[in-house]
Formats: sequence, structure tokens, C-alpha cells
Amino acid sequence: MTTAPPASPWKLDLRGVCKTFRASHGEFRALQDLDFHAAAGEFVCLLGPSGCGKTTALNIIAGLEQADRGDVLIDGRPVAGPGPDRVVIFQEAALFPWLTVRDNVAFGLAAHGMPRAKRHRLAEAQLEMVNLGDFAAASVHELSGGMKQRVALARALALNPEILLMDEPFAALDALAREALHLELQTLWSATGKTIVFVTHNVREALVLGDRVLVLSASPGRIKSEFRCDLPRPRSMESHSLVDMAQAILSDLRSEVQAAQEDVRRDRLAP
Amino acid sequence: MTGWRLKLVFFVGLLLLWEALVRLQLWPSYVFPSPLAVGRSLVAGIANGFIPLAVLTSLRRILLAYALSLLIGIPLGLLLGRTRLLQETLGTLVLGLQALPSICWLPLALLWFGLSETAIGFVVVMGAVLSITVSTADGVRNTPPLYLRAARTMGARGWRLYTGVILPSALPAILSGMKLGWSFAWRSLMAAELLYVSLGLGQVLTLGRELNDMARVLAVMLVIVAIGLLTDFAFFRPAERRVRQRWGLHGNT
Repeated sequence: MTTAPPASPWKLDLRGVCKTFRASHGEFRALQDLDFHAAAGEFVCLLGPSGCGKTTALNIIAGLEQADRGDVLIDGRPVAGPGPDRVVIFQEAALFPWLTVRDNVAFGLAAHGMPRAKRHRLAEAQLEMVNLGDFAAASVHELSGGMKQRVALARALALNPEILLMDEPFAALDALAREALHLELQTLWSATGKTIVFVTHNVREALVLGDRVLVLSASPGRIKSEFRCDLPRPRSMESHSLVDMAQAILSDLRSEVQAAQEDVRRDRLAP
Repeated sequence: MTGWRLKLVFFVGLLLLWEALVRLQLWPSYVFPSPLAVGRSLVAGIANGFIPLAVLTSLRRILLAYALSLLIGIPLGLLLGRTRLLQETLGTLVLGLQALPSICWLPLALLWFGLSETAIGFVVVMGAVLSITVSTADGVRNTPPLYLRAARTMGARGWRLYTGVILPSALPAILSGMKLGWSFAWRSLMAAELLYVSLGLGQVLTLGRELNDMARVLAVMLVIVAIGLLTDFAFFRPAERRVRQRWGLHGNT
């Protein structure tokens, strides 16, 4: 960043973000001029095929990776590394098995030096919010996949971040658990007013959760199209209007997947 | 037949077979003593105090040397696991030295420290410390990257990241390094005591050979086995079971 970025009216603002990885077979352009923003309290879904750089984008916002070029602004200020104002929820819950459920939720608070009694009280309150109040003393391996993700959600919310970054958090769950978590997440979001960036490859999941759905193109990743979803909440994956919208986006996405496959074929033919 | 009953039958059978072989009188009794003679020697040795004295001497040595090995090995492993430069240099040296049976250090130790407790301690530490270091470094290096990313995104860094995530994540590996280190320490101590006369259980073995008292040799060997099993059952197994339970690693425990 050589020049000061212009002021941004958005909670989260990405401008011209580029990221290239060096792989064994050469360079891989993960992101090319990625531009998008999220208003405070907005629920934005990043939708795209596997390998389109969604996770890279999220890692850059989180500060876990650095962009080669471009600006990532939070409230107009550039991101300088990981911080508790932006917490990531991963596809695997990434809970620590040596801690109880309560201590897992309290982990981030402990890292910021909160006294034990206070952080336990806060952790238990968060667990109540995700309906796991009875599991505070349980071990992580006693929980189901869906419960683990709810603990991960509680752990992130305990830090009271302004932005939640969610990286396909429900992709490994069965349909019923996922549906329950969709409802719970919508409720939590309305109650807390967090800004959420949610990465998924599932069109209907994106439409159930998001105010806006941004479709990413594959290699290099950039915003290809944008859909606004104003259906009343809480939404269900099965509602007709949602399924109709999903069809429209899917055909858009399909051309993208084809393009990506063409790319792969071309690479194979002319290495 | 289950568990301990099967074991009981097996070992009683083994004792009977032993007694039967002795009764056949294929070998003289000073070469192949009967189980009864070994038992008598064991009881006599405990009663007149020379076995307890040897046990205490050996235990004092190993506890001191083992504690020192932990104090050196675990911090060194933690350092090696996180520092690429050290791993490439010192880590390679540690791996190389691990191929050397620690008793090979005895000549050097005698030269450096003379006929002293320090010489024996040095050999035992050299036997235990390397495997503790290597296991600890492996455990640290194998910390799942996802744990580190999750912790960093929650704002943990530096010391907090180390003690809160890396160390507990490496604990199962550290524990198995400690167990391995203990058994190496025990072997090294016995070897050193056998070669270099100085109280201790190893010396009693040498003495037994010199007196042609095979019953005593076997009695002391039983004591050595018992001590090894006892530490395993009293400390390492419960500790491993607790860690496995907590970490949710189910399997052969």
C-alpha cells in the first residue's frame, strides 16, 4: 500500500485485491481484482465453485494471509493482521480437544486476559444462546458435528466481533443439522446485528442466509454477478420462490464451471 | 478364559515347566537354579537389606538423571519444533546421536567425570534426553495448522499461542517421548552399573556372576522387571489413558 486508501463508507471494503500462489507447476492466480463491500449488519454470501478463491478471500479479510495488491478496509482502516474484531468459523469446528466446551468458548477471552470467573460466566451465556447450556462441562469428542459448529459459533460470538467470517461451516453436516443451524444463525444474526461474510458452494444455502449473494468466477476469482435476496426471514431451503431464484443463479454458475473446466482442458493440451 | 485368569494360568504353567526342567538335572544348579532357589534368594536379599539398598541407589540415580533429561529435553524439543534453523542444524545432530547406544558414552564419561555418580548420570541423561527431545519436537511440528489459525483469529499470539495451543496439542507426543525416555534411561542405567562397579542393581548382577550365584542374579533380574512394570502401571499408563480420553483418541488402551 503506497498511497493512503480513500475513505470507505462500508463496514468491510475490498478493493482490487489480488493474490497469486506459487505452486509446483507454476503460478496460480487465486484472486484477480476482487472488489466487494458489506454494509454494517449485512449478511453477504460469497458463492462459487471449489477452487475459486473464496477461502483465500476470507483468509485475507481475516488477516491470516496477505493480499499481493489491493486494499482490505474495515471501517475505512486497512487490515494489518488477525484480530478479534473479525473471527473466522472454519469448515471443521477447530475446537481444542484438551479443553472442555466451556473453556473452548472462553479461549479467546482468556487470550485477552479476562479473569477466569468472568469469562466462564460469559462463555456459559454464549452456550445458552446456541442451546448448548447443558454441555458446558462436556468434552469436545462427546459432541456431534452440528453441536461442534454451534460451540464454534458461540466461541466466535463470545469475543463480540463486528464481523463474522464463515468458511463453509455447515458443509460437512447432515441435512437436518444444517437446516437447524441455518435457522439458528439467522436468529443470532438478527439478534446481534453482526456483519457476516459467509462462503459456500451451495446456492440455496447462500439464498437462505444472505441479503446479497456474490457469485465468484473461478481462477482467477473475481465477482462475476450479484443477486439481492429480499425474501422474508426466517427462510427455508424448500420455499418455492427461493428454489426459483436458485435455478437462475445455478445456470449462471454452470457456465462458470464449464469455463473452469475448459481452462483445465486447455492447460492439459498446451502445458 | 479372560484377561488376568489367562495370564495366571500361563505364568503358573511357565513356573511348573521351569521346575520340571530343573528336576531333570540337565544342568548344574549354579547354571540353572530352580524357581524356589530364586525365590529364597529374593526373600533373603530383601531381608538382609542388600536388595532394598541397591534398589534405592538405582532409583535415586535414575530419578535425578530422568528429571534432568525432562528439564533439558522438553524445552529443547519445543524450541526445535518451532525454529526451522535449529531443526535443520541441531535437530539433525540430535537425530544422528539417537543412533548411538548411550552406553557408548561411558568411556568418555569416565574420562571426563572420573569414577563418579556424575559419569553414570551423564550416560543415563544421554540415553533419555534425545528421545524426549525428538518426540516433543515432532509433537510441536504436528500441531494441526487449523488449531493455529483458529487461535490466531481469536487473537492469541506469542506466549499465549504456545502455552494455550501448541503445548497441549503436543502433549500426547511429549508423553510418549517421556515413556520412551524412561525406558531408555532404565536400560542405560543398568548397562552403566553392570560395567562400572558401584552399588546399584547392576552391580549386584555383576557380583552374582562373580560369586557364581545364579539364583541371586535371577532374583535381581526379577526386581528390575518389577520396577519397570510398576512405573509403567503406576504412572505412564494412567497418564496416557487420561490424555487419550480427554483428546478423544480411542483405541488400544
